[in-house]
Amino acid sequence: MAPLEGDAAGARIGVVTFPGTLDDRDAARAVRLAGATPVNLWHGDGSLQDVDAVVLPGGFSYGDYLRAGAISRFAPLMGKVTAAAEAPGSPLPVLGICNGFQVLTEAHLLPGSMVKNENLHFMCRDQKLTVENASTSWTNQFTAGEQIVIPLKNQDGQFIADEHTLDQLEGDGRVVFRYAESNPNGSRRSIAGISNAAGNVVGLMPHPEHAVEPGFGPDSSGADRRFGDTPLASGTDGLSLFTSVLNTLLVA
Amino acid sequence: MPRIVVDVMPKPEILDPQGKAIAGALPRIGLNGFSEVRQGKRFELAVDGDITDEVLEQARTAATTLLSNPVIEDVTRVEVIDDGSA
Repeated sequence: MAPLEGDAAGARIGVVTFPGTLDDRDAARAVRLAGATPVNLWHGDGSLQDVDAVVLPGGFSYGDYLRAGAISRFAPLMGKVTAAAEAPGSPLPVLGICNGFQVLTEAHLLPGSMVKNENLHFMCRDQKLTVENASTSWTNQFTAGEQIVIPLKNQDGQFIADEHTLDQLEGDGRVVFRYAESNPNGSRRSIAGISNAAGNVVGLMPHPEHAVEPGFGPDSSGADRRFGDTPLASGTDGLSLFTSVLNTLLVA
Repeated sequence: MPRIVVDVMPKPEILDPQGKAIAGALPRIGLNGFSEVRQGKRFELAVDGDITDEVLEQARTAATTLLSNPVIEDVTRVEVIDDGSA
């Protein structure tokens, strides 16, 4: 997908770095490739620097000590992110990837939690997902039911929540991404990503920011049959999350 | 020095993969008497001076806000211990 033209370049997307964050550079790169301007944000700062949206990237903030995301959730900047994400009127779009998703659940911006993968292994693989909700701030450039392949790499990736919460998520259309064909980590109902009620906050365990540039993302050119008969994209399936938020900002 | 001990356990309904792996290893060293293992966490909060009701209340707040996640864990103990009695 071509980057959006026009005012998108004026959009400023904050990428937060915590101690132990790994994927902030890739997330900033994804923002740039989508056509916006990345803004580096430090977890200890008290200002969001007037950014238009925020990405909480993956990694191992605070070494995953205590629980993944549990300490980062109390970072000074997270107080600002939480308030802005829940602001009435025009809430701040926030995307949490992997550790960022874990931070969002610990911050109670998203329900549920993540525990160790069912098989206890650290997993690193190209993962097929189904886009279940293509109307959130971060998925409006997909179509509902579309299948994409992006990398999945984590140790604590098993999404869990009680049955009532799961039913509510399903009923409200807040399951945004689901693992397709096989459930890699035991996540309840194969859930890979969810949103808040307003759709401006999205968290997912797989990594869209690692699939934004031809030649560097999952790219088997059809010769690799690991993903069945679904023709694989060019390895840039993740870019649409970032162009989606630009679309959201342009429309707003 | 007195300390406050906080114990946190995974909720009973949640599969504890770490405990399961430990349970699988016990028979390998000849210990066959256990049907299940669940792994939790113990925190020790040291206090300078006496442990007042206020400090104990802070420990309870810490236990439910930062030390545990109520979605996946229960706080099973918040208790004052003296050295030697632990």
